[in-house]
Amino acid sequence: MKSDQDYIRDIGEMRSMMERSSRFMSLSGLAGVMAGIYALSGTLIVFKVFDYNPGVNIQPGRRGASSQAFSEVVMLGITILVLAVGTAMYLSFRKASKAGEKFWNAAARRLVINMAVPLVAGGIVLLIFISKGLAALTLPSSLLFYGLALYNASKFTYEEVRSLGIIQIILGLAGLVFIQYGLLFWALGFGILHIIYGVYMHYRYER
Amino acid sequence: MKTVVHNFHKAFESTIRLGIMSALAANDTVDFNSLKEYLSLTDGNLATHLKALEKEGFIDLKKSFIGRKPNTKYFMTKAGRKAFDDHLKALEKLITRRSGKGN
Repeated sequence: MKSDQDYIRDIGEMRSMMERSSRFMSLSGLAGVMAGIYALSGTLIVFKVFDYNPGVNIQPGRRGASSQAFSEVVMLGITILVLAVGTAMYLSFRKASKAGEKFWNAAARRLVINMAVPLVAGGIVLLIFISKGLAALTLPSSLLFYGLALYNASKFTYEEVRSLGIIQIILGLAGLVFIQYGLLFWALGFGILHIIYGVYMHYRYER
Repeated sequence: MKTVVHNFHKAFESTIRLGIMSALAANDTVDFNSLKEYLSLTDGNLATHLKALEKEGFIDLKKSFIGRKPNTKYFMTKAGRKAFDDHLKALEKLITRRSGKGN
């Protein structure tokens, strides 16, 4: 016969199993901080080195210096993305192995698929904007689609990701309205917000 | 201490079986290897527990192939869902009664 303590432990284990089997809990708060730092550094580089603000330059020329600067900004964006995703994967992998769990499990797969659908759709939209010379729309739209992806993925990881997603969506929409501040909203969403979120998650779950 | 226990199915006495049912309650289907990983069990041990739950009619399975590797997916039956919910309710009742006494 089990004692009360056993039943309380049972409930705890049921909860943990339900969570562990359906949600990806290896996401690291530090990954958010790093992504934010990359995004802010990228923004600074764009601002200082390229002296580029896409809100001003709504239709980048197809030839000449501005077109080249534009493609360099796009390359920088892709570099930031690769760095952020790579860091997140590495830190999650480390967190999972520390907890004695597999990094690439069913929950991780579900998280990635649910993020990928809005992100891929968003990526294609950005390419269409660029090809039609609507470069100014790309920054706020990337926030918008990223927010949708987070909102969608939040069912499969920490609940807090949902609020992060909603705020990114709002920032994206605001960026579309106030298009001249596109870079500012982008830095706010991908930079500052990621850092705040990462620090919060780190203190909440990882100490 | 007097123990008030009803609605506790004997299948849920085992922590491992409770774990299997919890994983299946939270997901539409869970494959054999994932269950093995969640519960850190050997193939044989897990298979025994799954067989027992299957015999109760609490879970069922779907066999398929990924390439040439067999892949068995488990899911909860309606009877299993009901038994699991009843068990949860009974646990809840037990805990609230106990904590009520403490006040």
